[in-house]
This record gives sequence, C-alpha cells and structure tokens, in this order.
Amino acid sequence: MSAWDAIVIGAGPAGLAAASVLAERGANALLIDEQPAPGGQIYRGIEQLAATRPGLLAVLGPDYAHGADLVQRFRASGAAYLPGSTVWQVTPEREVWLSGAGRSARHDAKAILLATGAMERPVPVPGWTLPGVMTAGAVQILLKSSGLRADAPLVLAGSGPLLYLLAQQCLAAGARLSAILDTTSAANERAALAHLPAAVVGGGLPYLRKGLQLRKAIAKGGVKWVRHVTKLRIEGTDAATAITFESKGRTERLPAALVALHEGVIPAQQMTRALGLDHSWDAVAQCFRPAVDAWGNSAIPGILVAGDSAGIGGARAAEHAGRLAGLEILRHLGRIDGAARDRLAASDRRGLAAHLAVRPFLDRLYAPPPDILRPADEVTICRCEEITAGAVRAVVAQGCQGPNQAKSFLRCGMGPCQGRLCGPTVTSVIAGALARPEAEVGYFRIRPPLKPVTLGELADMDAVE
Amino acid sequence: MSATADVLVVGGGIQGCSSALQIARRGLKVILVEKNTAGRHASGVNAGGVRRLLRAAPEIPLAVASMRMWHDIAALVGDDCGFRVSGQIAVAEDAAGLATLEARAAEVRALGYEHEELVGRNELFEILPALSRHCVGGLVARDDGFASPYHTTMAFRRAAIAAGVDLREECRATGFCRAASIWRVETSSGAIEAPILVNCGGAWGGAVAAALGETVPLEPTAPMMMVTSRMPEFVTPVVIGVGRKLSFKQMPNGTVLIGGGHRGVPDTERDSSSVDFRKLITSARTVSDLFPIMREAQIVRTWSGIESRLPDDVPVIGPSSTEEGAYHAFGFSSHGFQLGPIVGAIMADLVTLGRTELPIEAFRISRF
Repeated sequence: MSAWDAIVIGAGPAGLAAASVLAERGANALLIDEQPAPGGQIYRGIEQLAATRPGLLAVLGPDYAHGADLVQRFRASGAAYLPGSTVWQVTPEREVWLSGAGRSARHDAKAILLATGAMERPVPVPGWTLPGVMTAGAVQILLKSSGLRADAPLVLAGSGPLLYLLAQQCLAAGARLSAILDTTSAANERAALAHLPAAVVGGGLPYLRKGLQLRKAIAKGGVKWVRHVTKLRIEGTDAATAITFESKGRTERLPAALVALHEGVIPAQQMTRALGLDHSWDAVAQCFRPAVDAWGNSAIPGILVAGDSAGIGGARAAEHAGRLAGLEILRHLGRIDGAARDRLAASDRRGLAAHLAVRPFLDRLYAPPPDILRPADEVTICRCEEITAGAVRAVVAQGCQGPNQAKSFLRCGMGPCQGRLCGPTVTSVIAGALARPEAEVGYFRIRPPLKPVTLGELADMDAVE
Repeated sequence: MSATADVLVVGGGIQGCSSALQIARRGLKVILVEKNTAGRHASGVNAGGVRRLLRAAPEIPLAVASMRMWHDIAALVGDDCGFRVSGQIAVAEDAAGLATLEARAAEVRALGYEHEELVGRNELFEILPALSRHCVGGLVARDDGFASPYHTTMAFRRAAIAAGVDLREECRATGFCRAASIWRVETSSGAIEAPILVNCGGAWGGAVAAALGETVPLEPTAPMMMVTSRMPEFVTPVVIGVGRKLSFKQMPNGTVLIGGGHRGVPDTERDSSSVDFRKLITSARTVSDLFPIMREAQIVRTWSGIESRLPDDVPVIGPSSTEEGAYHAFGFSSHGFQLGPIVGAIMADLVTLGRTELPIEAFRISRF
C-alpha cells in the first residue's frame, strides 16, 4: 500500500491526458488500467500497431493514429503505470483496491480521477444472446488487437457513429460484410436537423465531414445498406442463422451466422454508482451520467470523473476533459493556484467546447429506438441469470418498485457481470411498466467487488493489511 | 381524517409481517406501516439461517417452537420460502474450541433439549468432506437449515395482505401519542389511530420505544455478506465458526454465501449501509483456512444491510413498560430471522389474550 498524489483509473484518452499533465507538473501520479497496453478502447493496441503493422494503422485511419501521440506523451511524462490491473473497489476515502497477476493490493491517493470510459449500450433484440451475435465493439477489438477478420460474412445492425466507422474499417481491411441494417429512424433524422446549425457553427464540422466520408466509403463498398430498419430479430436455435427486420413496411430475412449489434455507447457507471454519486438521466441519449462540475469534481472531495464516463463526448473531448481534470487535481494538491489552472486550461476549454458542439446533433440523430430500451416480454435482458423483460414486468405488477427489489425478486443483476449489462435495461423496463421517469426509478445499488476477485486472493491480503 | 384500525404494526420486516399476519388471522383489523418497502433491511438481506444451534438459553424455547413452524412453513404462508433442512454445524478448529462445544452441549442437555449433538473427527469429515483436516470436532443440529430471506419476508407480506392487513409501504411513522386509550400515530401519509400499537421497527425500533419513554441501548449494525460464483456441490449443512466469525453455506444454485457477523458501516439516516473490505479479508481468510477448495471461488458480490443489536444480544419482546396497549418485538441482534414465525404468534397472543405460553421474561424492555 502506498500513498500517491493522484491515481487515474483508465488509460483511454481522458486518463492518459490527465496522468500526463499531472506527472509533467511534478505530481506523484499512478495510472491504473485493465488492458496490457495504454490506449483504452478507442486507441487499443496503438503502440504495438504503430511499431509493427503500419499498414493496419493506415486502415484504421488518422483519428486512431492520433492516439500514438497521446500515448507517447504519457510514456515521456514519468507517471507510474500499472497495466493489466483490475480495480475492484474505490472508496470515498480515496482508496483503490485492485487485482493484477493473481494478487490484490490497495493504493491510497490524495485525489482519484475516474476515467473508465464508456460501454456499449446493451441491444436486447430477440435472439441477441445466441452464439454468433456480438457487439460492434467486440468486432472492433478483434480488428485492433489481432487484425483478425470475421471469417463468415458479417451483418452490422443498429446505429451510431461506431457502426459506420466499423463498416468502413471492415471494408478497408477486406472483411466480408453482407449488410448494414441501419435502425436510425426518419423521425430522428428530422429532429436532429434542428441541431445542425449549432453543430456547424460550434466547431463540429470535422465530425460531420468525417461522417459523410464514412457514408461515402461504405456506399462505394457496394454493401447492402438498408435504412430505417425496425423490428430486428435474430433467428437460430444453437447459434444465429438469420436476421429478420422491417423496412418500408416490408419484412425481410437475411441469412446471418455473424451479427454485430450496436446502438451507441453510454457512460460506464459501475464505479460512480458504487461511490454513491448522484446521477442524472439524459432523456435524449437515454442514459445516466454522474453529477460532476466543469472540472470533473464530484460531490465527494478528491474524487473526479472525466471523459466518456462523465457523459459521452468522444475521444477528443475526453482528452481535453482529462487534461482539465488533471489541472484541477494539481490545484487540489497545491501545485498550481486557481489562476494558473484557468490559464493553463484555456486551450483545452476551447477544444472541449469545439469537440462537444456536435453532440446534441449526434445524440438526437442516434437516440436509441424504444424497443431496445424496453424490449418485448420474450426477450432476455439479464444474460447471467436468464431473466426476460416479461419476468421483470411481472414482478412490477406484483408490487416491485425498482431495480433493487427486482434483483431481490428475480436475481437479475446478481450474476458474474454484476448488473453491468442488464442494469440500463432493467431501469428502463421498470420505468415503462410503472409509467415513471427513469431518474425516479433509479439504478441497481452497486457494491464492490466491481469485478470478481478470488477468495484466495482476498484472503492473502490478510498479511499486508 | 385519520385511518383507524384495531392494531397498528410499525415495521414491515419479517417480525412485523408475521405479527400483522397472526393478529389479522385472529379477526382484528390491522394496519402495517413500513417506511421503505417490506423486507428492505435486515429481513431481506440476512444470511437466511434457520438455526436453533448455539442460541442463547432464553431463546431456545422460542427457537424450538419456531422451528416446528418452519418445518411446515407452506401451511403458514402458502410458500416454501426456499426452506431446506440442511443441518447446521459448528466446527472446532482446536482443543479450546472443542471444549467450548462440549460445555455448550452439556448446557443444552441440562435444559432438557436434544437438538444439539457433538460429533467427533470421523463424523465431522463425513458431514463435511471438504473441511480442512486440522479441525477437531463439531456440534450439529441436524434439523436446522436455511431459507431464502427476501422470499420468506415477501411470503409473509403476501399472506398478511391476504389475511386482510392494510399494508402501507413508503409510509414513515413520525409521531406517537396516546389519548383516551387510543394511539394516534402521525405518518408521512396521514395519521392512523388504533387502540393497540406493535413496534417491530428493527434497527429503528429503539426510536419507537424512545417515543414511548423507554430508552434502550440499541446499536445499529451492518452485517456483511459475500457471495461467490457457482461452485460444484461440496458442502450441505450451514457451517458456523467457533472462535472465528463465520457462517457459511452453499445455496441450491451452487453459489456460496459467506457471512458470520463481520460488520460494515450502517447509516440509519440515509437508510443505507456500506461494506468494509478490511473485515471481509478476515472473513476470506477464515473460509480459506477451513475450506481450501474455496480459494479458487470468485467473489462476485458483497452486501450489507441495516440491523441492530442490544448489549446482551437478545431481543426485546413483550409489553411496553410505560404505556398500556403497546408491545415491542425488535433488537433481534442479527439472529431474528428464524424467530419470525413464532414472534408473530407471540405478539398475537399478547395482543388478543394479554399473555403467552412461551417464556419471554428475559426479553422484557425494562431490563436496561
């Protein structure tokens, strides 16, 4: 156990930027990350790829390559780094408990920055639990970490920037893509238009341009691209064999052994929930986000949140937010004063605003379809305990008032994923059944360990504690 | 206008639901108020042990009577409550532990009870094949077992409602006064009047008693539990530590539930509690020493819930010492779950007959 000036959790853009600025200005900073190498989800495997496979780096595009600079600056900063380490508890007293290489340890800090990023929104459509159905993010991880390509033709279904990016990356890498089933609704497209001028004026033009380029590249690739898709359903008994959907009033069916689903990303909230932070409901993006101020400060002194885990803004916004939080921690530590913080923060403030300008447009355009949030009765929503949406609605009819009671009734959220995957859906299903807002219905009470830890590992902490 | 009933029960845990059920079945009109939801605290989150083994001497008659009700629980509440007769066994790790168990066995026998039996090493390892070989003996209650606490409390809640109890959840009792032999209780959703008041307030029961002018040294606690991922079946009975805090059982689905009295941090103001992993390390050490097979088990969840204890670790059960028409059943000190069925019957006896056949003198509120 050691005391650090600052611990940063998560080596994505926010965490890397924060740890760098902290260490560069003399703070004794530790960056902890689950992955074996820095970069987070977005810049996963960037160092190795840059060094060994420049060809694949080119396929993944310049935005991905930007991560190399970020990682380089971090490596040069002198910050301590613990890769391959899973944080399983963070306390309001600023202790971080983690597991790495089969041993658990505790680290204390004067300040902690949570930069745990986003997770893909669960996409509970009928058949989503069948083997052969993955998330788009999982496909992208394969692409980045090993360059592996899917060996069966892939159907991409859903909506959101990542879906198009992945389609383009698959095409560029020569993967077989049999169709893109785009669930973005015409209503979303119309509603998003109202936010377009502000996005353009505010600095969102590069995003819009990139989006158009992606669409052009996909169209050029000649892939079947169906718009305004609804009623996705994956068929199969032991594994996915086909996907059915509706478009323009017609039902279609495609053979599909490999399906990647995606409906955007939401803040990873296990850690902020476990700390007992307040969360607000974002009615457009349909997700919770923790309450933090403009510097990332939460209601708990010395606990900050930055990047996508504080609200989805994307990699570049996260980098600026991470640096801002790093500067704020330096102020907490007494290494700079408020005036210096503000001065040093000026360019990141501008950068953050510019990168966030496009968000209202994107959030509106890719707002998830209602049947994903509140799936039909037959659909499994808790995979660990195999609980359907109907089972949750049935206990609500019996008087269950919220997610924690549903957990007691049904065990949903009690499996090895600890509610990470079913939590958002359970909240929305209960909100629908009670006709009450999600903010009131609330969320699972999250307790440590945030990730499973073996009993032996915990027992062995006895000697050090 | 205030609501009226014959009996107002405060507290929707297993004691309150069981009391309301039994009183309503005797034909009285009962309102039950619960500030959160039924089973939200100790009743819903305890380890689920249904145990006579190692109970304090004054509790044994009640535990024995309650156990008879458990063995026919479906007849009482229309649900099996997940009750399993698995046996419960206390394990001695050394000579001192064994001496403790021998003295205990003699004490229980002298009181005229047969349910606790000493077992030597051979039988101990037959009962617990996965137990570490350093253990030297045990004390077993073969007809003890465990149940599913939340489902049990829900079953009592449903049965109470079916018996006509007017259950009001999210309804917090805030003020108590009595005039002309009628209790008037202010709540967060209006006043309720009833000639008889039953306090089953659990960790908040001390506050109710204080409102009646009876101060008890009730200390809020937050017992903690750990649950592992599913393991191959390796242990049948509930295992209790001797000299080390442990309560250990494998559930029918293969998960292992580890409790035993290590405490987290209660927050009765916010109705919540938090776990303290420093103490769970000790708990993990104990389990790892007794069942080496458990070292590879993944801890997937922990939790704690708000409970309370009295200095002598036995509850308050009986009439108020200051007010007519008021009765208490609270402060069960982390082992009230098994007593739930009989406490309901006792409270119904007290309310309708003014007395009970079971010895409850040791639980009087005036002992403090």
